[in-house]
Amino acid sequence: MITVQNLTKKYGESIVLNIENLEIPKGQSFGLVGNNGAGKTTFFSLMLDLIQPTTGHISNNGVQVDASEAWKPFTSAFIDETFLIGYLTPEEYFYFIGELRGQNKADVDNLLSGFEDFFHGEILGQKKYLRDLSKGNQKKAGIVASFIGNPEVIILDEPFANLDPTTQIRLKGIIRELAASKEVTVLVSSHDLIHVTEVCERIVVLSKGEQVKDIQTSKETLKELEVFFGG
Amino acid sequence: MLKHFLTLEWKSFFRSASFKANLAIKIFMIFGALYFMVVFLGLGIGAFYIIEKQGWGDPLLIVNQFMIYYLVIDLYIRYMLQKMPITNIKPLLYLPVKKSQVVAYSLGKTVVSFFNWSHAFFFVPFSIVLLIEGYSPIGVIGWHLGIMALFYCNNFINVLVNNMDNVFYTLLGVVLVLGACQYYELFNITVYTSPFFKALYEMPWMAFLTWGLLISLASSAYIYFKGHVYLDAGLAGKKSLAKTEDYAWLNRFGNLGTFLKNDIKLIRRNKRSKTSVIMSFFFIFYGLLFFTGGIEAYDGPVWKIFAGIFISGGFLFSFGQFVPSWDSAYYPLMMSQNIRYREYLSSKWYLIIIATILSTILASFYIYFGWDAYLAVIVGAIYNIGVNSYLVLWGGAYIKTPIDLTSNKKAFGDKQAFNSKTLLLTLPKLILPLGVYALGHYLISPTAGYIFVAMAGIIGFGFRNKVFAMIESIYKKEKYKTLAAYKQKS
Repeated sequence: MITVQNLTKKYGESIVLNIENLEIPKGQSFGLVGNNGAGKTTFFSLMLDLIQPTTGHISNNGVQVDASEAWKPFTSAFIDETFLIGYLTPEEYFYFIGELRGQNKADVDNLLSGFEDFFHGEILGQKKYLRDLSKGNQKKAGIVASFIGNPEVIILDEPFANLDPTTQIRLKGIIRELAASKEVTVLVSSHDLIHVTEVCERIVVLSKGEQVKDIQTSKETLKELEVFFGG
Repeated sequence: MLKHFLTLEWKSFFRSASFKANLAIKIFMIFGALYFMVVFLGLGIGAFYIIEKQGWGDPLLIVNQFMIYYLVIDLYIRYMLQKMPITNIKPLLYLPVKKSQVVAYSLGKTVVSFFNWSHAFFFVPFSIVLLIEGYSPIGVIGWHLGIMALFYCNNFINVLVNNMDNVFYTLLGVVLVLGACQYYELFNITVYTSPFFKALYEMPWMAFLTWGLLISLASSAYIYFKGHVYLDAGLAGKKSLAKTEDYAWLNRFGNLGTFLKNDIKLIRRNKRSKTSVIMSFFFIFYGLLFFTGGIEAYDGPVWKIFAGIFISGGFLFSFGQFVPSWDSAYYPLMMSQNIRYREYLSSKWYLIIIATILSTILASFYIYFGWDAYLAVIVGAIYNIGVNSYLVLWGGAYIKTPIDLTSNKKAFGDKQAFNSKTLLLTLPKLILPLGVYALGHYLISPTAGYIFVAMAGIIGFGFRNKVFAMIESIYKKEKYKTLAAYKQKS
């Protein structure tokens, strides 16, 4: 589904990302871990064509993302609050995204009804604009918005950060479900090794922009990661 | 303690992200400030003699007569531009600093603001001239101190009513109506207000009254803020009650409707964009300067077109100029969503067109000044629709300053308006139509001038698809730079 070739991103002399070769097959749940500055967000921004690669390219379902926009209809993401429109209510925001993805209100309502637990009664019908929601609730709205319109690739940057424990557990369930369908490729980055080993089939470790580990998740993975980051 | 506050202030000023940003603009602003100081100074010295020479009567009386408007305009400008003192005190709240000190310092800071002492450039020389011209010294001093207190009252009124838009705009409306009444000699508010200002001179002890008012306003501001320095009270951002709006009637426009709906919400729910729209409304009255013959320099026939372009193009200039910065807060979303630039730009374009047509209809009162005047407005509107609407969108591609929708800061132009490319693009926006008109006017006839300008607009309109394709490619080329620039919040 996603192919990365000779991808580098330089700012001046410093190389912030350098991935020679990476293949993510369709339906995989893919985890990206690394310390601050390892290049996780840079990689996701490159995937969404928000920044330009210095060399190389990323292909998403055969579409080279920095050359064509044809990847947009089947790709969705939530990176940070710049993906929210502050002056809309959550409902309006969901419908707006829905309309852009060819979903009518009924479709969106239908999808949202499946997330009532996840929202915990704090998102819908609150008479609040997104900008006035708490950080955690903003994040919930942004994550759910990325599920609208049956995307085939979903990119979530640090989805667990800022969420309360209950919601973290629910989100894990949701990501596992998506992964189980084998239709959706989910890319998740996290600082929380436990979460990421629980939901991802495969984990890539970035360090200073380089890919240093590529692990198929097993029982030993958490231990291995803890040793890597602890040492 | 004061020493700490002052060093903090010093550092926040010199270390602010925007401080080094644009030295040229800083210098430009200093020149602007100097210019106003000189104008005020000149007025302060000259006003007395000008009024006397024109034979309007006692200069002090005349100044007193218009004082009420001066004060209201001052309040208006403060409301729009003066920053609230409470913005930077959050980090101090949990430190071992007395709240009363923090509040007193914050309010004290507003007292030394430019908005207060700039008036001295008018009032000090004016008072000196009064003394030279033999007015009673005690009277002049009483008057001077009394008026000074009133300007400081404005300072604290502004602090107290900040963010009460409803109250504020109602007041503004009342004053505008009163001004119009005075102009048409229906009702003259100054008859009732000027005796008060006059009394300050005749009975200098009256100055104590205004100082009393000032002290009570200052202490109520102090008490108010001291009681409200909590994160969930005075320091809390105003949270508006959200209501979901549908605008289902826009659905018939398909994808375009989706964007239009969003843009309407953008304008209605954010302070900054609301200010822009209100400003564009005032542009409609700009033509009064031209068509009433109020300013001699504007009497040439070519200036009619200039007026026409501004009257119908208020929204185009105040809102259109900042596309796509309106969406700066969530630009990454727009860029990774299933959106084509073409649709995005079209929606903004339609918005500009609708507003231009509305302004033109609202401006129909110019028929009062003759059909010729209104014709200039219509021709200006055609040019705005056919040519200027593209030019503002094109210029927008080079404007990369993020807009903070929730604050009015910089609503009246700032460095983003002084980018060399956008500056170059204003030439065809304003100068070209004047030239085209002049060509027709002086070579053939005034009517031909109008026809020429209108033709330019219609031709531009005809090339819509071509022009859009070009603008689209520029936006695409600038995309990454724009994204990077919006990320750096000032």
